[in-house]
This record gives sequence, structure tokens and C-alpha cells, in this order.
Amino acid sequence: MITSVLVANRGEIARRVFRTCRDRGLGTVAVFSDADAEAPHVRAADAAVRLPGNAPGETYLRAELIVDAARRAGADAVHPGYGFLSENAAFARAVIDAGLCWIGPPPEAIDAMGSKIESKRMMSAAGVPVLPELSPDAVTEADLPVLIKASAGGGGRGMRVVRELSALPAEAEAARAEAQSAFGDPTVFCEPYLATGRHIEVQVMADSFGTVWTVGERECSIQRRHQKVVEEAPSPLVERITGMREQLFDAARAAAKAIGYTGAGTVEFLADERGRFFFLEMNTRLQVEHPVTECTTGLDLVALQLHVAGGGRLDENPPLPQGHSIEVRLYAEDPAAGWQPQTGTVHRIAVPGVLTRFAVGTTPSGLRLDSGVEDGSIVGIHYDPMLAKVISWAPTRTDAARLLASALHRAAIHGVRTNRDLLVNVLRHRAFLAGETDTAFFDTHGLTTLAAPVADEPAERVSALAAAVTADAAAPQPLPGVPLGWRNVVSQAQRVEFDGPSGRHDVTYRFSRHGLITDFVDDVVLVQLGPRRVVLGVGGVHRVFDVSRYGREVYVDSALGAVALTALERFPDPADLVAPGSLLAPMPGSVVRVAVALGDPVTAGQPILWLEAMKMQHQISAPADGVISELPVSAGQQVDVGTILAVVAEQAEEPQ
Amino acid sequence: MTVIRTGVDRAGPEFAANREAMLAKLAELDVEQAKAVAGGGEKYVERHHMRGKLLARERIELLLDPGSPFLELSALAAWGTDFPVGASIVAGIGVVSGVECLITASDPTVRGGASNPWTLRKILRANEIALQNRLPVIGLVESGGADLPTQKEIFIPGGAMFRDLTRLSAAGIPTIALVFGNSTAGGAYIPGMSDYVVMVRERAKVFLAGPPLVKMATGEESDDESLGGAEMHARRSGLADYMAVDERDALRLGRQIVARLNWRKAGPAPKPEPAPPVLDEDDLLGLVPTDLKVPFDPREVIGRIVDGSDFDEFKPLYGSSLVTGWASLFGYPVGILANARGVLFSEEAQKAAQFIQLANQVDTPLLFLQNTTGYMVGKEYEQAGIIKHGALMINAVSNSRVPHLTLNMGASYGAGNYGMCGRAFGPRFLFTWPNAKSAVMGPAQLAGVLSIVARQAAESRGQAYDEAADAAMRQAVEAQIETESLAPFLSGRLYDDGIIDPRDTRTVLGIALSAIHSAPVSGTNSGADGFGVFRL
Repeated sequence: MITSVLVANRGEIARRVFRTCRDRGLGTVAVFSDADAEAPHVRAADAAVRLPGNAPGETYLRAELIVDAARRAGADAVHPGYGFLSENAAFARAVIDAGLCWIGPPPEAIDAMGSKIESKRMMSAAGVPVLPELSPDAVTEADLPVLIKASAGGGGRGMRVVRELSALPAEAEAARAEAQSAFGDPTVFCEPYLATGRHIEVQVMADSFGTVWTVGERECSIQRRHQKVVEEAPSPLVERITGMREQLFDAARAAAKAIGYTGAGTVEFLADERGRFFFLEMNTRLQVEHPVTECTTGLDLVALQLHVAGGGRLDENPPLPQGHSIEVRLYAEDPAAGWQPQTGTVHRIAVPGVLTRFAVGTTPSGLRLDSGVEDGSIVGIHYDPMLAKVISWAPTRTDAARLLASALHRAAIHGVRTNRDLLVNVLRHRAFLAGETDTAFFDTHGLTTLAAPVADEPAERVSALAAAVTADAAAPQPLPGVPLGWRNVVSQAQRVEFDGPSGRHDVTYRFSRHGLITDFVDDVVLVQLGPRRVVLGVGGVHRVFDVSRYGREVYVDSALGAVALTALERFPDPADLVAPGSLLAPMPGSVVRVAVALGDPVTAGQPILWLEAMKMQHQISAPADGVISELPVSAGQQVDVGTILAVVAEQAEEPQ
Repeated sequence: MTVIRTGVDRAGPEFAANREAMLAKLAELDVEQAKAVAGGGEKYVERHHMRGKLLARERIELLLDPGSPFLELSALAAWGTDFPVGASIVAGIGVVSGVECLITASDPTVRGGASNPWTLRKILRANEIALQNRLPVIGLVESGGADLPTQKEIFIPGGAMFRDLTRLSAAGIPTIALVFGNSTAGGAYIPGMSDYVVMVRERAKVFLAGPPLVKMATGEESDDESLGGAEMHARRSGLADYMAVDERDALRLGRQIVARLNWRKAGPAPKPEPAPPVLDEDDLLGLVPTDLKVPFDPREVIGRIVDGSDFDEFKPLYGSSLVTGWASLFGYPVGILANARGVLFSEEAQKAAQFIQLANQVDTPLLFLQNTTGYMVGKEYEQAGIIKHGALMINAVSNSRVPHLTLNMGASYGAGNYGMCGRAFGPRFLFTWPNAKSAVMGPAQLAGVLSIVARQAAESRGQAYDEAADAAMRQAVEAQIETESLAPFLSGRLYDDGIIDPRDTRTVLGIALSAIHSAPVSGTNSGADGFGVFRL
């Protein structure tokens, strides 16, 4: 009997599993890296065991440390979550060998699905439709485009699209290197790339008595860099095509049975608009997007995992899904800047109207939040930048989309740049609402539109004005009661500058006996003013603006859309002045390689060094022709954002 | 607690007419203040900006804390003289790094910021305010020195500028000079006598003698930078404590210096969270009759400026032409003396003297609301000792130790001006409403007196009196006295600290009271030395 569960994971999934454990009266054990010492998932557990270090290879991927942690903390079961060791058969065996309960499928099932090449052969044999698999050496012009995949991979890592034969060897090599570093197995393969496919997956749940449930399908077609961003149940495609669901469910059941699967798993398919589908892979674990299935079925999939792992038996049939549920992944990233991951402190994350956290709700419609972060959490460079999953459920898809978009629109998310505006734009996009989703959604509709700020430029200007006036109200006043900014002789407007998404805002205004005087925004009146909230009437319409400040970072939340501004210092600190041509670290990370030496001549665009941050390598190149006049960093060095990495000076004149 | 009830008919024609007249006066005031703000005019302002320099008021705005008030003082200095309105300097009380400071900024667009006799008076008045109220002084310096044609008015008394700086310092009041440009010859002693000196690189010029004078005096060849540049003073002479890279940097340094003064106000703190007046301060525009001969009830004013309109009247049934009582303003307790029907009789004078003693006994500042035509004249009153009683009041006002604030709401004539703490009686601050007047007596009375005296002289010489000449004389005198008793004229001569919008009265007095409480507040602690309060 399971009494205490260790979750070999971090972030929201650890909290998700703990929630069910707590609901069932089970003890909880967390593991944590040094960077996660203060993380919410650690506080959520009864006991926590440190895994020294930060890199996954030192911490969350160390099977023996985790088994030891379970033993020391008295856990008798291990839940792997997703990612990390969740699909590592050796880990599953180590857990079982240590006499602990493994909350997952049999190691053999993991093995069977672990190799994508092998699994496709097996599935084909079981009658599951598969795409032909190509060896990277055997790809011909006719096969293009192809997708290179890591055999041991998952989550999009190592995947690369190749459209020209000449690019194949280099891309395959890069994919092998990434696969080796991420999964310890360099094997890669190719398959035909369906640029406009639909990603459809079926949730299965199986017990050890031969019952295999198919608990509804999910569609996760909207992806960036092969990572899912928006997921929903049921699939608009499957809803549209008669008989497709039954075929999918049959194939999924066949897949699970072929490998003697138990527990929760997901069979992923790539489908086209006509409803044809091909087996992609089976994820032998709980999926990130499992909440949409929970919200449409009322099931607690983690509870079922525990039930099955503990030898429990499933009912004959799963409950029938009802209504519609949509999940979005809120990432700390900048979609408009190549999805660059963002780091920093999440000062505040507040989604309005959340009814439930990490659990199924009981109302006909509502919002669920599965968040790995809380106010004050730090998003570092070591792990995935997903902040939270926000999930809506409602009787219809349109209702669910509208509810979710509105909640995200009104959410206060302070501290790091996120993909929130992108998510809102997607959820409100005509094509999305029409169910026209495929894996090329972002390419088809363009990031220019989709990543555009929800708050348009006029909204940004009003928000800047709100930020300016509340700053005055928030400043300590030694003469309380005296009107703000009072002057008996008026000489000029007050001036405050902000940098915003659409550029510089030079806000000019002043307070008078008759209220706010400004030509920065037309037809505006000050209705009510406090240090953190201002009500402005714009064109006769009153709106509330909530203003939060963290140093120079200012966040203005209103129904017009959230606006993040940076207040410019009234007095630039001369110490901040950097030498011309300085290259600053765009984010915290470590210097991987330095390609130049002090005094080297460089040309514009020439790589100077590479910075590794958030699992990605960033090349720092010379901004102009010149000479390396300063090079204060070296390979292996950790740098903070803003650190001077190198200085490129103008080429010195040749001596005559 | 006694909340004042209003008897003002806001819908009546009188109120509307009063309001209209006051608004007209305020419009005139705006025009005059705009002249001071315009400084040397568009051309010079543009030239100044072209040089990458900030205007005096732009410097002040950057220096002040965001959202904080700034009470400009003597804004109309030099009004009605040969010199530009404002006297080529800005002075006021503002909050810098949380500290209420006395700020002055020379206006280099007005004749290079040169000091004329009115500039000097304005600076000396500012220094006096700083010293009395213990306000740290920040000078934003860029002045071409003395206006040489008027040196006879400036040179000898001007030494007081430097004397004041070091006396302030000696009194424990820090003085800070931010030098943005020229500060040469005598002006070099402004930074020279200041506690903290910031100079702007490549802008500040601080020397006793410039290159031409040095050449004349000793034959030495030199240049501005080596004689008095910021680099030189920061690295070699040590006169500059800080070198700023530019004007903004100088202001940043000024704020930084104040932040490190660890300044604490020495007076008692106000009661927290004062209630605003219950009555609408906007009504202050319509209270004062256009004809100053018509008195108005000062309780209507008090009810619109004190906390919660709460005023506890003292001795209400005695000497009722003068209202006395207790209130608080922005949490600061005050005793108020306000003229109710213009004339001061013996009773009023005695009541005032007694009230002033009571305020001194308990260290409560006093606010004088002037609307007086003076002490009563006439046989009956002289015989009853009006001079003695007036003297009692003037004695009390003169020797009272608690801080005084004076506001001229209308009339301030004759010895009433003295008894009600006129300029000569050293109120910490004195402000004027735009409609107010002050003179030894009313223009008509003064002209009439002159006429009677002349007529008597003619009669005694047996000459016929020239009635036509008399009428002309009376008209001319009346016009002259009228002009010279108006608020802008008096303000131009520094007889007040500024003309204020009546609706700003509470704010202005609040800022003034807060400034006053930077210094300890204490009275004589008894009626007269060694005696109790005299019941008069």
C-alpha cells in the first residue's frame, strides 16, 4: 500500500501530484536542486530532499540520488512527473529494485516506446498506421521535407525540419549532438514532414487486469518549435470528421495493448485535414496537457495512476467526456524575439477568476490554474521557462476560448516577459475559433499579428499616464494633505519618461486645481488617484488602472490590456555609462566559448563568443568592424544580464 | 470642537460679483507671474536652451521630489520698478530628498542673472526665512554678479549675502551651492561660503578675477578653465566637493547631498490625518466684497482653511470686532486673530494682547488674518486710552516668541497693520490676497487730510484757497496712494512673501507652517517675563 509519494520532478507537475496525494491522505516528498531551494513545489511537500547542484544532469536526472532520497524520506512510491526521468526505464527499474512502488508503466513498456524507430515498427505490426521511417543517409530529394527526430527524444528537443538535401548532414549532426546531450543517446531518424498536420493524441489509462481505457482525445496542433502551446479536448478536427474518434481510439488501444501498457499514457498521432492519421509516438507518462482531459471527464488522472500503481482495477468503461476544455502554457519567453526564454523574478502572478488549482472543478464552466511559480519565484536559466498552465472549461469550445482569453487578458503577470499576449491573440483569432488549427498555425498567421501587444498604442499611452500620476501619489510626501505637485507659480509640465513596447513615452502633465492637465492623452480626466490605482476618464469612459512598481519596472494592468513599462531615471547615473561598442550579456548564462582574443580585428557580424542560457546557445557577434579592445570574460564564466562581454573599438589608424 | 456654519449666500448676486472681481484680479496676477516665468524672454530662453542649459525653474523642477509642492516666494519682486518682474532670481520652499529646503535659483536669461537691488532683497529675505525656520539652503548658481550701474545699492549691503551663508552654517543649517555657470568675483563667495559645493564640468566658472583682469593686474596669461573651472576646483583648489558631468548630474548630486544630511525637523510633528475643511475653499473667491469698506465675517474664511472647519472661539462676546480662537491647519495647532469689522477698539486691543500671551504660554503659532482700517479715532476713544490699549497689542505682537503668520485678506491700514503683525513685526511669512491693500490710511482720507491741512495753511496766511488746484491735488494724491497700496506694488517691494490665490490659502499656510516647524516652536512661556498672563 502506498503511504508516501516522492515526486522526482519540480515545478507545477510536482505540485499537481502533491495535490492529489494530499487529497488522498498520502505523504509527500519533494526533491530539489539548489536553484529550486525556495521553489513552491518544495514548500508544498511534507519533506524535501536536496539534490546538490543545478544542472538537470547533476540533480533531477540522477536516478540513484532520487531513489536514495525516497529511502531517506520514507517514501514508498515514486512519481516521475513528465520530462526528466519519466520515460527512463532504467530509473523505473531502479525504483522497483529498491522496493518502491513505481507510478508508471512497466519498464518494458517504456523500453518498447523509448526507441522511436523500434516503436514505429512494433506499432505498424500491431496495425497502427505509421509514417515511413527514413535513415538520414537514405533520404532523397523526393522525400523532402523531412523531420529529423531523436529516437530517444521527446518534447520537441532535437527535432529539425530539413527542406534541402545539402542541409541534411549538418542538421543531422546537430540533432545527434543535441540528442546525446539531452537524452544520452545520439540516434536520430527521419520521417516525412507534414508541414500542416494536426497533432491529435489519445489519453489511455490501463490497469494490470487488461482493461485499457481511451479517455478522450486532445488536439495540440498549435506549437512553437515543436513544443505545444495551446491544447484542448476534444479535438475540433475529430469533432468534425465522422467516425475518426472511434478509429483513433482503436489505434490507441491497440498500441497500448501491443506493449502491455499499464497506467496513464498518451498515444500521439499526426493527422491531416481529411482525418487520416499516423502514429508518432507513445508517451509513457502523464502529459503536460492532461488537465484538459480531466476537465472534460471529471477524472483525476493522477489519482488513477496511484490507483493502478497500487494494484487497483479500473471500471469497465471511462466516463464520457462533456463540454470543452482548453489549456495554454504560459511561458517566460519573448515570442517576437525568436521565442527567447526570459529569466527574472516573477513579482506577481494573479489570474482572475481561478476556481481551482491542480484539480478538477465542479461548476459547468470555470478556470483552473496549475502553476509552478508564485509571487516572488525566480525563473532561472536551468530549467524550462513554463510558468503556469491556465485551463478553462465550458459547455462549448467558444465559451472556453472566450473565458480563457479574458482571464489571461486581465491577469497580472509582473516581472518577466511572457507569451501572454500571443495566447490571448490565438484564443481570439478567427481561425482558432473556427477550429482551423494545425502545426503551422504561427507560420500561417504570422507572429507579427499573433505576438502583437493586446494593449494597442493608445492604450499604452494612457497606461503610461497612469504610471506617471500614480508614481507621484506613491512618492512619500512630507506635507500630507497638500495637493500633489502643487505650484503657486506654474512654469511647466511635469515630465516622466517610460520605455514601452511601442517605444519611448515622454509623459507631460501637471496637477491643477481643476484636476489633471495633459496633452499626452486627449480628452482625459483624473477621476480618482491613489498610489497603486488610478481611475482615468478617457473620452468620457472611466477605466481603472492598477499600477505596480518593482524598481524601474512598472506594470499597468487594466481592461485595455497589460502594459509593461520601464521608467527612465530622471538622473542618469554616470557609472552606468558604458564604453561605445560594448557588448552586453542579453541574459544571465555562462560563456561557452570565446572565439577571439584581445586585440583581434573583427568584422561586423563576426562571432565573438557564445553564451549558454536556458538550454540554448546564443552567439554574440561584433556590431561593427573594429578591434577587440576589452574582453573581460572567459569560457566557463557565469555572467549576469548586462555584464560587459567584450568591447569592439574602432580600428586604430595604421601608423604612417 | 465647533464646526463653523456658513452664512454665505452662494447663489446671491453679491457673491457672484465678488467672485467675478476676484477672478479678474487673479487673471491680472497670472499675467504678472507669467512675466517672471518668462525670464529674459523668448530669445534669451532659446539661446540658453541652445547651449544645452536648463532654465532656473527647470532646474528646480528636477531638483524637487516627484509629486511634492513648491511654494514660490516673492514671485513679483521688483514689480513696479525699473527691473524685470521676479528680480532675476527664483526663490521658494520645496521638498528635496524628503527635506523641506529653501531653494534659490538665479535666472541667467535675465541680464545674465546679474543681481540688482531687488535681487539682493529677495535673496536676503530668503536667507532670513531659512535662518528663522531652519531650512537647509540650496542655491542654484549662475549669475553674472552685480548689476554694475546699481552697484551703489548692492555692493555695501550685498555683503550680507555671504555673511548669511556662514551664519546659517554656524546655526547648524546646511548650505549647498550647485554651480551651473558664472559665479565670479564677489559671486565666487557664494560657493566659497557654502557647506557643500557642486560644480558642473565645463560650465562652472568660479574665480575672483577672469583672464582679462588677471592680465591687467599681474600680466599673467590665463584662461577660464585654469582660473575657475569645475575640473580645477574639484581636483586642485578643493573648492568644489563634487564635479558633475552635466546639469542633471549636478541636481542628482544636490539631492544626494540633502539625502545624507540626516535632517530632522526640530518642531513638534503635526497631528496625523487632518480633516480637510468641511466648507468649500472655492467659496473664498466670493467672500470679499469688492468695496473694502464693506466688512465680511472672517469666520467664513477660517471655516474654509482650518482642519475640519473646526474653530473654537475665545472670548466671543468681548471685543467682537476682532475674532480670536483656536484651530489646527494640516494638523498644526494655531491661534487665530481675525478682524471682523475693520476697526480695533480698546476691547479688541486688550483681547488680542491677552490671546497672544495665551498662545505664548502653550507654544502655539499665531495666524493673523488682516482686514483692518486701524484703531478707532475720536475724542471718546482717545480719552478712554486707545493709544495705551493699541500699545498693549503692539507690545504683545512685538515680543511674542511663537511663530507668526500673517495674511492680508483685504485692508491693512494705519496702526492696525502693526497690531495685526504687519511686515515690520517679523511674521515668519506674510501673504496677500490679490484684492488686498495696505497704506497708512485710505487714499481718499489721505488726500482729504492733505487738503484740510493746505486749506488751513492758506487761511492762516489769509490767502484764498485754490479749489481747482485742490481738486486736482486730491485726485493725483488719491491715484498715487491707491496705486502704492495695491498688492502687486507692495509685493514688488518685498513687503510680503507673495500674492496668493485665496483658494490656495490653506495650502500656502500649511506649507508655511510645516516649514516653520523645521525649527523649534516655543513662546515666552508666560504672559510677560516673570509674570503670569495678564488678564486684560
